[in-house]
Amino acid sequence: MKRDVTLTVNGLLETVRVEPRTQLAEVLREELRLTGTHLGCEHGVCGACTVEVDGAPARSCILHAGACAGAVVRSIEGFAEDAVMVALREAFSAEHALQCGYCTPGMLVVARDIVLRLPGADAVRVREELAGNLCRCTGYQGIVHAILRVLESRR
Amino acid sequence: MKPAAFGYDRPLDWAAALGLLVQGARPMAGGQSLGPMLNLRLAMPEAVADLRHLPGFAGVAVRDGVVRIGAGTTHAALEDGAVPGRLGAILAGVARRIAYRPVRNRGTIGGSLAHADPAADWVAVLPCLPGDAVLLGAAGERRVPLSRFVLGVFETALAADELLLAVEIPVLPEATRWGHWKFCRKPGEFSKATACVLAVPGAAPRAVLAALDAGPCLLDDAAALLRAPVEEAARIVAGLALEDPWRAALAKRALAQAAEMAA
Repeated sequence: MKRDVTLTVNGLLETVRVEPRTQLAEVLREELRLTGTHLGCEHGVCGACTVEVDGAPARSCILHAGACAGAVVRSIEGFAEDAVMVALREAFSAEHALQCGYCTPGMLVVARDIVLRLPGADAVRVREELAGNLCRCTGYQGIVHAILRVLESRR
Repeated sequence: MKPAAFGYDRPLDWAAALGLLVQGARPMAGGQSLGPMLNLRLAMPEAVADLRHLPGFAGVAVRDGVVRIGAGTTHAALEDGAVPGRLGAILAGVARRIAYRPVRNRGTIGGSLAHADPAADWVAVLPCLPGDAVLLGAAGERRVPLSRFVLGVFETALAADELLLAVEIPVLPEATRWGHWKFCRKPGEFSKATACVLAVPGAAPRAVLAALDAGPCLLDDAAALLRAPVEEAARIVAGLALEDPWRAALAKRALAQAAEMAA
């Protein structure tokens, strides 16, 4: 049965009328037309749907609408003006860190978390932290280089 | 990949949460195991009781030499050092290797333990540690030693109308030795063999072998394993008569590796 769920998305208080089983990614894409969030595997493995929930990256495919009432969500659209994300976008472009772009929104949310949480990370650690985000185009080399470029620029 | 319809409740006190269990609701902590199971329709509960908003569900407290970790404490909090001292370092090392950070941000120690997936990290590690699981039912609290909480594959000491409140583990001396090893095909994947060895000064060393499509296998006295890791690991794993030689090889290697780390 549909019910009203109120949550904060990219700084705006939103109320959507959805079933409790609706995935957060579907709330973003279908109800709020924020199609930057991509759904891949839909069971928490591929990382494409990663967004920020209550200040930390989370999978929006295995988080359902009922549990999102009151949550503070930031999708890729909400990072447009974010300084770290601006630097990451430029680095992703310079290092050819994307081709089809399907994994990129999730990659960027995780990349930003790596940059902020692990300022000393080296290539090995960056690869380990990226293990939960699958890319089928780049072979990861460009993504790792892009994140290292931003990490180094902040040291 | 969309869940079957389910009702959703968010109990705000423990009595309400227990009441929902009696009505057949499926308890959910971080939802990082249940979420995928719902999407895959491996789980089709009538209703989900979201425990995340219960008072005291998450958090760590140290009192009288015992660390109490609320069941809703996330792997990420443990990874980031929520528990102090030697025990905290051990738990942080385990937590860091659970799945991926976006999963660790929501997944909880209690949810993982109560779910009792044989490949889960806390299911392998907590039975090796001294201390208790604290359970809450209609009749009040009861305690079960961590070594006896997980009974088998997806099977625990929890009754259908009980919830896991916390795990309590005594503070460990700084000289405690610890080894932990798991084989995953890629970082964050489900383990194919996990072993851990704990040697607290003055107590018999213990070991656990897990993630073998069975409940955790607890070795109460691992002294011989610490003396001769490779030979003893081979003997122990041979005794388990595992069918798959690849899994048996991983189990042997994981156990020997953990023992060498703790030696």
